[in-house]
Amino acid sequence: MDEIDERIIKLTQNGIPIKRSPFADISIELGISEKEIIKRLEKMKQEEIIRRFGASIGHRDIGILANAMCVWNVADEMTDEVGTIMASFSEVTHCYERPRVPGWDYNLFTMVHSYTKEECYEIAAKISKATDIKDYKLLFSDREFKKTGVRL
Amino acid sequence: MILLDDTDKKILNTIQFDFPLETEPFQKLGEQLGISENEVIKRLERLQNERAVRKIGPIINRKGIGGTSTLVAATVPEDKVDEVAAYINEYHEVSHNYHRPGKFNIWFTISAPSRRRIDNILEELRERTGLEFIDLPTKKLFKIGVKFNIW
Repeated sequence: MDEIDERIIKLTQNGIPIKRSPFADISIELGISEKEIIKRLEKMKQEEIIRRFGASIGHRDIGILANAMCVWNVADEMTDEVGTIMASFSEVTHCYERPRVPGWDYNLFTMVHSYTKEECYEIAAKISKATDIKDYKLLFSDREFKKTGVRL
Repeated sequence: MILLDDTDKKILNTIQFDFPLETEPFQKLGEQLGISENEVIKRLERLQNERAVRKIGPIINRKGIGGTSTLVAATVPEDKVDEVAAYINEYHEVSHNYHRPGKFNIWFTISAPSRRRIDNILEELRERTGLEFIDLPTKKLFKIGVKFNIW
């Protein structure tokens, strides 16, 4: 990633304009062609500097109001196996292993988003059955203070 | 809350993961969906104004550019939640921040170029708020691929 790549990210990370040639202004600013910008974005995708180029959805604004962080207490020697099973559920958008700390015993985290809380509970019950992990909780977000995504 | 028709939903389902990376992406999108470029633009403007679409841009991989991230939680008295959330939001390294009722009621993620920067932010927040934070850095990533199936 060179300096131009970095500037491309900085100039697009807040969103490209919704117009016929959304990269035209950046092209002028950077003094490179629109095609070159596309080529560089593609390359950064291949190099996994960017995960994808696309839309971030305001899920709450379209009615996906039930957003659960499911936390699971999984024996340390089982986390790889269990994490892989959890990640295989299409309803799970994120799955992470994190450390336990004093006052917090849950070490696997899965995010589940749906239209209703009941659906989230059903999905968690399905995951619990598939993994035989019984110690778990769903933490629903009821307010969003910030959701900018990762920024350079 | 915004009402979506079938075409809106098709657009939203397509542009999350299959946004055409081209110099005239909305024309291409129109071709794919069988509507005109103008129609795509008109609908996307509405979707963005109503916040159904937050932005169209790169989703950055913090690890891919050299960096690290963590999930942090705190127990905050309910009458202080707004104030504390505002402090937390000031850091541009904070990418997400939510209220979740429970013993720990504020949950946020920090993504930074170095672990040291994360430690500095947490130290400053401790000083400014007098609160304790639990710091849960990623040990292993099994999946990340937020796609909302809109139906």
